[in-house]
Amino acid sequence: MQARRDGRIAKDLVAASAMPLVLAILDEGESYGYAILKRIDDLSGGEMEWTDGMLYPLLHRLDRLGYVEARWDSPPGGRRRRYYCITPGGRVALSEQRRQWQVVSGALQNAWHSFQVANFALSTVEG
Amino acid sequence: MESTLDPSIEAQIREWRAYLLRRRTVHHVDVDELEDHLRSQISELGAAGLSADESFLVAIKRMGGVDELSREFARERSSQLWKQLVLAGGSVRERPGSEYAGLLIMACFATGAAVAFKLPATFGIDPFATGTSDGASVDADASFYLRNSALLALPFLIGFLAWKRGLPVRVVAGLGVPFIAAAILVNVFPFERGGDTELLAAIHLPIILWLVAGVAYLGGAWRADAPRMDFVRFTGEWFIYYALIALGGGVLSALTVGVFEAIGIDVAPIIASWVLPCGAVGAVVVVAWLVEAKQSVIENMAPVLTSVFTPLFAVMLVAAILGMALTGNVIAAERDVLILLDVLLVLVLGLVLYSFSARDSDARPTLMDAVHLVLVVSALVIDVLALAAMLSRITEFGVTPNRMAGLGLNVVLLANLVWSAWLLLAFLRGRRLFSDLERWQTAYIPVYAAWAAIAVVVFPPLFAFA
Repeated sequence: MQARRDGRIAKDLVAASAMPLVLAILDEGESYGYAILKRIDDLSGGEMEWTDGMLYPLLHRLDRLGYVEARWDSPPGGRRRRYYCITPGGRVALSEQRRQWQVVSGALQNAWHSFQVANFALSTVEG
Repeated sequence: MESTLDPSIEAQIREWRAYLLRRRTVHHVDVDELEDHLRSQISELGAAGLSADESFLVAIKRMGGVDELSREFARERSSQLWKQLVLAGGSVRERPGSEYAGLLIMACFATGAAVAFKLPATFGIDPFATGTSDGASVDADASFYLRNSALLALPFLIGFLAWKRGLPVRVVAGLGVPFIAAAILVNVFPFERGGDTELLAAIHLPIILWLVAGVAYLGGAWRADAPRMDFVRFTGEWFIYYALIALGGGVLSALTVGVFEAIGIDVAPIIASWVLPCGAVGAVVVVAWLVEAKQSVIENMAPVLTSVFTPLFAVMLVAAILGMALTGNVIAAERDVLILLDVLLVLVLGLVLYSFSARDSDARPTLMDAVHLVLVVSALVIDVLALAAMLSRITEFGVTPNRMAGLGLNVVLLANLVWSAWLLLAFLRGRRLFSDLERWQTAYIPVYAAWAAIAVVVFPPLFAFA
């Protein structure tokens, strides 16, 4: 994991985006807890700060909701590890989440854009 | 397990595991999974150049606080909401107060129940006293207790639970309404002494009142499904504890009588008229308190009991079906057979319900679920055969209160088991979630209350109080 830095993503945002993020990662292929967290780290450039343990209750919830399936894998000589893969129900939930996030992100983009335009206009007047 | 780590780190990991496991909401599998994570993290940090000690500390820190973690697991397992009651902090349904105060209040309610139960004796109603009154009045007294026992004992259970959950007065008053209504009905109805309708009302009334107590147990939140399952679990555990205490009480009483007999003092009348009735009624409250206080003990016992008896019952029923098929003998349409079958169905449903309530609803289908299916289906087969025989008997000999009650109960249970079997099958084939099964069972609970209410309120006038 990358070094911690200030100006991290706020806790609420991390919590809200956790489920679609985990589902999207599992959509890429079967994975396990530690690898999922590494992948989140990669995807966010280390900006998203998780308390590692909190991933596991979330994975349980996804399992209970039927969005993912879990299985234990115990390689000979190695320690056993729990793998998760996404279910068809999980894919449906993911696409719905994705639609909602796109709406949110689109609205924000529009808001930033008009903000930028206003800023630009202001600065040209001042200049 | 790989043990490439420093022995001192291994020891620390073991300690951390044990610490996590002490939290009852974090299961063994969760800890295994978290440990895998911890070890991955440690080995990566070690590869990046940190010492073993440093890696361990950083990995533990990133894992997050144990309190926070166990609370998150508890919240996630909302179906096991009752465990949150014993978690430090984060509890909303528990009234603050030391354990000692709880014990004292419980003792007050238990004593209150015992006093209320013996109160009718001051008006001369005392079927427990021996040799003081003639046969007719003993019969009348027994009939009074037959109808009113639950009405005397259960208000104190509700009072205790209401105190424990901090129920508002308005809710408690609402819970009192069915008690008052029932008390008026069963004492105003002109029952024929020793008649069937009186006995039926006496059997069904406690069921209604117990479900009313359930509302108090759930702190008024009886509409939601998951808490209702907690009440099912509570009922099963209450039953087991009560049986254990009754057994112990019986042994103690017998020994007491024996010991005093040896020194020439006859204590049997005191035991029979005071100790046994008061103990039996007081135990209703004491056991409820025990179940609440000692949940973790029972938690180990209940799944064991159900997983021992579920396969045994399934084998018995399958053997009975095989016996019928091989010999060609069908079920004899006798009067007692209907009762026997009702008891069988109640037991099967009880076993299934109770093991559902003790089951981790996240778990995948197991062999035990298949055994449940065998149990339910074979009970259904036997029941359908018997019902057919019984219907022919009713059309031949007419309707009596007993037959009607037996038949009605049979239909109520049959409907539940048919749909349960269907859902179980779908669950085993991966088409349904286990929570669908739980939801069906909890949604069905009001049907029992409705049926019991019919047996108490409608049957007596319908059959002219015979």
